[in-house]
Amino acid sequence: MSKDSQGPLWEVFVQKKAGQPFVHCGNLHAFDKEMALQNARDLYTRRGEGMSLWVVPSTAIVASSPEDMGSFFEPSNDKIYRHPTFYQIPDGVGHM
Amino acid sequence: MTSQEALFNYSLRLGDTSIILAQRLCEWTGHGPFLEEDLALTNIALDIFGRGKALLEYAAKVEGKGRTEDDLAFFRTDREFFNTLITELPNGDYAKTIIRQAMIDCFDLAFYTALANSKDETLAGIAAKSIKEITYHKRHSFSWVNRFGNGTEESFNRLQQGLDEIWAFTGELFEMNETDEILIKEGIAVDLNLLKADWEKEINQLLTKANLVIPETLFMQKGSRKGLHTEHLSYILAEMQSLPRMHPNAKW
Repeated sequence: MSKDSQGPLWEVFVQKKAGQPFVHCGNLHAFDKEMALQNARDLYTRRGEGMSLWVVPSTAIVASSPEDMGSFFEPSNDKIYRHPTFYQIPDGVGHM
Repeated sequence: MTSQEALFNYSLRLGDTSIILAQRLCEWTGHGPFLEEDLALTNIALDIFGRGKALLEYAAKVEGKGRTEDDLAFFRTDREFFNTLITELPNGDYAKTIIRQAMIDCFDLAFYTALANSKDETLAGIAAKSIKEITYHKRHSFSWVNRFGNGTEESFNRLQQGLDEIWAFTGELFEMNETDEILIKEGIAVDLNLLKADWEKEINQLLTKANLVIPETLFMQKGSRKGLHTEHLSYILAEMQSLPRMHPNAKW
């Protein structure tokens, strides 16, 4: 191939078990949705890592930038009342 | 021919077809059009190797002469191989590899789905396991045929060229001989005549969607059922067999 023609980038999210969140696990190249899904299956679930997949064009992801760090995240550091540490969480609740 | 001999021949034919195709596909490893696709095809090849190993293991057991699946794979000559000719053809470009794969996947899915009902438990078991794998292989190859056929002028031309080169080898997929006759009577083998109409219909739909034209070939190549091959088989065997022949008892 004469030029870089690997196709656009896609982000891959794998769900391990039903009910669990989809976790970002990496990215890949593909030219269309079906190819992205197939490539995700081959690259990220060959060893039984999951049972459901999302692929998302990387350009569709809106990300915060390092400069946002202060204004975005620091105000929460001194507001302990936002954390539900004053409650007993029943065992049956699962992942919280 | 006894029914034991027929069962040996049948398992051998299916096993040979699997390992020669897998060996061919593995030639793409490290040479795929891009990393993801390289992995995808190698992955498919490994599924097919797995099936081939199980089938040759069974052939060796049925034969009962103390040979192993490795003996069968690495210490037979070209005239003793019964893989279908289409599997030994050189890969050509990616379009040719893909169109050949689509023809075979379409056949294999119908074939192994039928074989899963075989009265022979081992063959039925191997077939049942293969169905899911081949369902994915077919989805992969069919989506690529569609993509090439509806892609650029170059991708279409290459796909049509690939089809022209392999079409005459598709007829042999459905060829049967005494081995099949004996085992069909026993409810073990699949009657390939029953698969042909559906295969043609599905392939026609696929080719039409990809704008392809079936070449006007009346002559279909054959020979593998008798161990007669194209000149390409000896070369692939030389590559596949050279290491075990040089070091017969080598272990990983």
